[in-house]
Amino acid sequence: MKLFDYVLSGNCYKIRLLLDFLELSHEKQAVDFFPGREHKSDAFLQINPLGQIPVLEDDGAYIRDAQAILVHLASRYDPTGTWWPVNDPSQLGRVAQWLAFADSITSTASAARLHDVLGYDLDVAQARAGAHKLFRVLDDHLANQELQGFNWIAGSRPTVADIACFPYVALAGDGGIELFYYPAIQRWIRRFVNLPRFKLMPGINIFD
Amino acid sequence: MTPDTFTRSQWYAIGRLPDFEGAEAKPVRLLSQDLTVSDAAGVLSVNDADGRSLLTQIRYGHLWTTLSDTPRPLYDVPEFDEPDRRLVTAGGVGVRCSGLRCVENFLDMAHFPFVHTDILGVEEHPSVESYDVSMDAEKDEIWATKCKFFQPMASAAASGGQMTEYKYRVPHPYSTILYKTCPIREDVWDLVGLFIQPVEEDECIVHSFILVFDEENTDTGLLHFQQNIFLQDRMILENQVPRKLPLDPRWELPTRADASSIAYRRWLKANELQWGVALFNEAA
Ligand SMILES: N[C@@H](CCC(=O)N[C@@H](CS)C(=O)NCC(=O)O)C(=O)O
Ligand SMILES: [Fe+2]
Repeated sequence: MKLFDYVLSGNCYKIRLLLDFLELSHEKQAVDFFPGREHKSDAFLQINPLGQIPVLEDDGAYIRDAQAILVHLASRYDPTGTWWPVNDPSQLGRVAQWLAFADSITSTASAARLHDVLGYDLDVAQARAGAHKLFRVLDDHLANQELQGFNWIAGSRPTVADIACFPYVALAGDGGIELFYYPAIQRWIRRFVNLPRFKLMPGINIFD
Repeated sequence: MTPDTFTRSQWYAIGRLPDFEGAEAKPVRLLSQDLTVSDAAGVLSVNDADGRSLLTQIRYGHLWTTLSDTPRPLYDVPEFDEPDRRLVTAGGVGVRCSGLRCVENFLDMAHFPFVHTDILGVEEHPSVESYDVSMDAEKDEIWATKCKFFQPMASAAASGGQMTEYKYRVPHPYSTILYKTCPIREDVWDLVGLFIQPVEEDECIVHSFILVFDEENTDTGLLHFQQNIFLQDRMILENQVPRKLPLDPRWELPTRADASSIAYRRWLKANELQWGVALFNEAA
């Protein structure tokens, strides 16, 4: 199993997290995303015509899209069946809903970070405003979950939905987005970083 | 504030050569001024907002320019001409603080165990042993030598912990280079450095590079190692208050200020540098 990886990518971080949580042995192939734009090279477009990372190679097949890779890894390699709770159909739709939400976080919070850190030319005010709207929704949801005694996005255990939403929320500060207004998000981040085998990525601030 | 003479008279790196391939008036900001870079059949030119063409030179893998017509010469780094060395340029990373603060953080070994935990330092070995700081009067630059630090993973080529010896050089208010024990060859140094592009007084773009002997890692592997470390620094830098460098003696010197940081601040003062410096009464 091989991950096409970029060290500063939150989407690749999602996959690194789950590989570590499930203790799956794997190789990493470093992609020069910045400054080299290797993900747009002819060779890489053969691997992913969308020109995006992450991509996972497993059993000779390439899978793209961080959320799809999480589902693939969890459904295939998680003996506990909890990260992608197939045995609990009432949960699956919810988990899928938050996977889609995670991709909107990428197009807002991650875009602001690309602008501020790597100098991408885009409308950063719009990206930040979009992120704040999503974070309000996530914060309300997490607060509601807590009221019902649930610590995680889809219930009492962490799922791939938590992994998919975590990186660009936790890295929001890199893009000039304050998490100050989102107390439930802050508590969720603190729980997340305490998961066994969790590894920190630079840019994630865990004060106090 | 307009840049003081010392700041204005310097050359500044504004990007790597490939960043300007085919550029047509690509915008670049330097010392609070809007500039443009154009590529005419492989010849790069830089213009200011009034269309005046600025001096340029290509060195150390980057395009350099200056607002001055009579700049101070750009410092020499002879190691760039040594055969067998690998140069990896890591691209420009934006940081919301004065570039002067980035230089100071780079010089400060005390942050290794806490910011670069288990890579450039370990929490069990937090202390910085004393080292020598000297001025090279002829070249007007600062050297800190005989710096030693225990490092679990001194570079991408390291296979375990080692006592790493360092030298730091500050040849320019916005450049700093460190020379560290090469883990795979004796009697040579690996170089890591920052060429900082001051964008505003409290905002900069850091162009970093590594120039090392390494037979094992790919360029991209070296790049990831370097970018990972620099992003750890970035978060710390962005949390410093004030964003400009506090040089006024009425600011309490942070306790971590050590010999090289004191020499750097003295040198900036002696050269009457003011742009990028926090004034005491405009507290952040
Ligand atoms: N939906 C994709 C988005 C991946 C994505 O945006 N990846 C970024 C890097 S983190 C990328 O490759 N961007 C280049 C592009 O979109 O052109 C996923 O979740 O994997
Ligand atoms: Fe550092």
